[in-house]
Amino acid sequence: MFKKIVLGMIAIMIMAASIPVMAAEKIVKIDGSSTVYPITEAVAEEFQKAKRASVKVTVGISGTGGGFKKFCRGETDISDASRPILKKEMDVCKEHGIEYVELPVAYDGLAVMVNPKNTWVKSMTVADLKKMWEPAAQGKITKWNQVRSEWPDVPLKLYGAGVDSGTYDYFTEAIVGKAKSSRGDFTSSEDDNVLVQGIAGDKNALGFFGLAYYEENRDKLKLVPVINPKTGKEVLPSEQTVMDGTYQPLSRPIFIYVSKKSLDKSEVKEFVEFYLKNAAKLVKQVKYVPLPEKAYKLAEARFSKRKIGTLFGGEAEVGVKIEDLLKREGL
Amino acid sequence: MKDIKRRIAISKYWDYTFATIGLLSSFVGLALLLTLFLDLFIDGFPRLSYKFFTSFPSRFPENAGILSAWVGTVLVMIVTALAAIPLGVAAGIYLEEYAGKNLFTNIIEINIANLAGIPSIIYGLLALGLFVYFFKFGESILTGGLALTLLILPVVIMATREAIRAIPNSIREASYALGATKWQTVRWHILPYSTGGILTGIIIGLSRAIGETAPLITVGALTFIAFLPTSPLSSDFPFISFRWLLDPFTVMPIQLFNWVSRPQKGFHMNAAAAGIVLMVMTLVMNGIAIYIRYRFRKKIKW
Repeated sequence: MFKKIVLGMIAIMIMAASIPVMAAEKIVKIDGSSTVYPITEAVAEEFQKAKRASVKVTVGISGTGGGFKKFCRGETDISDASRPILKKEMDVCKEHGIEYVELPVAYDGLAVMVNPKNTWVKSMTVADLKKMWEPAAQGKITKWNQVRSEWPDVPLKLYGAGVDSGTYDYFTEAIVGKAKSSRGDFTSSEDDNVLVQGIAGDKNALGFFGLAYYEENRDKLKLVPVINPKTGKEVLPSEQTVMDGTYQPLSRPIFIYVSKKSLDKSEVKEFVEFYLKNAAKLVKQVKYVPLPEKAYKLAEARFSKRKIGTLFGGEAEVGVKIEDLLKREGL
Repeated sequence: MKDIKRRIAISKYWDYTFATIGLLSSFVGLALLLTLFLDLFIDGFPRLSYKFFTSFPSRFPENAGILSAWVGTVLVMIVTALAAIPLGVAAGIYLEEYAGKNLFTNIIEINIANLAGIPSIIYGLLALGLFVYFFKFGESILTGGLALTLLILPVVIMATREAIRAIPNSIREASYALGATKWQTVRWHILPYSTGGILTGIIIGLSRAIGETAPLITVGALTFIAFLPTSPLSSDFPFISFRWLLDPFTVMPIQLFNWVSRPQKGFHMNAAAAGIVLMVMTLVMNGIAIYIRYRFRKKIKW
């Protein structure tokens, strides 16, 4: 026992002594949103295969906000983000002298879902959803017929993404009109599979989460068409309607942010080029909606010209088509 | 006479009642564990294969494996054990054998007891500030291991103290009577007799640490990492390398959490399989603790 302790102490001292040894190796460090993670994981997997493991890629899931914190301190090369960079994050980046190129990589559609036994809901407007979810609804809107009088007098049970997630931020921004503002008395979970189980087992339930979770649980859930406020037409979320921009306002672009300083490293530059070139194929494989071909071309142009900064001016914009945004810059 | 019989009957009735309640209560825990294990086993067993242990994460559930995760967990546990055992045991011995009863000791004691109840993410934040930003260890295995060391130190210290306290004072007095110094008494009597209890505490601490996610994500543990840390054995002199301490890492619970929250069914099976592996790791650690305790108990001859 005594010997072991002494050995342990010696080991720790040797470790401490060997700390400064760190050789330069080719490594691409990525952190950020867990929503974007599956796409970046897929790209990283393929990139390492293509490079025969001569370049190392690491991907973390600190969340969009946590990712930007590290990114703006210059600790990561690329940041995954499920929303555009915010004003206060831009300030931190500026403070540390970090410039970045913002690149959209895919669409994420939010689906509104009910139980398959729910026969009364045919479609919903943004106003209906707002009535259910706004902060003022707390404790008051507890029955379906309070939302629309033709719906039955049965309890309304709400399920939603965890309040720390980008999904929740976006949904509240798009429906209530203010990010992070909603009623508090709903069942929330960081794990969307829990929401699937909840809605599948409750006839009076309604919830929202990523479209990919619906695709995997088609038999247990019923999709609700949402009426597009601009055209007045009801639209079911699907790869098609998300991509062509008709399923609005509940679909959003997701991004990667590349540090300009890191682009001096050839492996980071190659990784980003590889990302944009293969995104369309890989995004589909991990069940997200790819951007239109044109948008990837525009993003590539934006990257090759090293356009610094964000297209969003520090706040989340709802209902934008990514090609329009990229064109706005005159690329 | 009749009255006494009746009283005995009532007392016995209560005795049986409590025995039944007690038995049922202990079954609840066991049944829960069994259900959980069976559920994991049914879902995850088909995925357990040699390939599962030797593959890196992948976007295809059937190709994904836990290589970087289990290697990371083992290495982080080694760092945690190497740091927590000497620190915790030394602190425990000091507080129990050397420290006088005064305000200062009391403050230390209260603090240690409180530390044991702090949520683990707080330790993560502390480790982020201390090890990542101040000592510049980076987001490495060393940082992860030390973060978990902070987390389990109170457990190890308290277990050490409990184990030492269980040794009868007569043993110490006998040792002093023969002219032994305090250190000699600790070295040859206190430590050998309390080793069983101390090791149990260490293993309980490590079993808690092995399942932690929050503090490790905070200090920058990754999720996708398709390469292994530098090998600890090198071909050049001095043949042992500590480079791996500064390498990035992931651990089993993080990989598991990521898989559970993915939409595809295949990933849920992977999560169940990883859950089985994690559970077996914990069970093996507990098994070792029980075996060691048994062996040390046999050696004690008083």
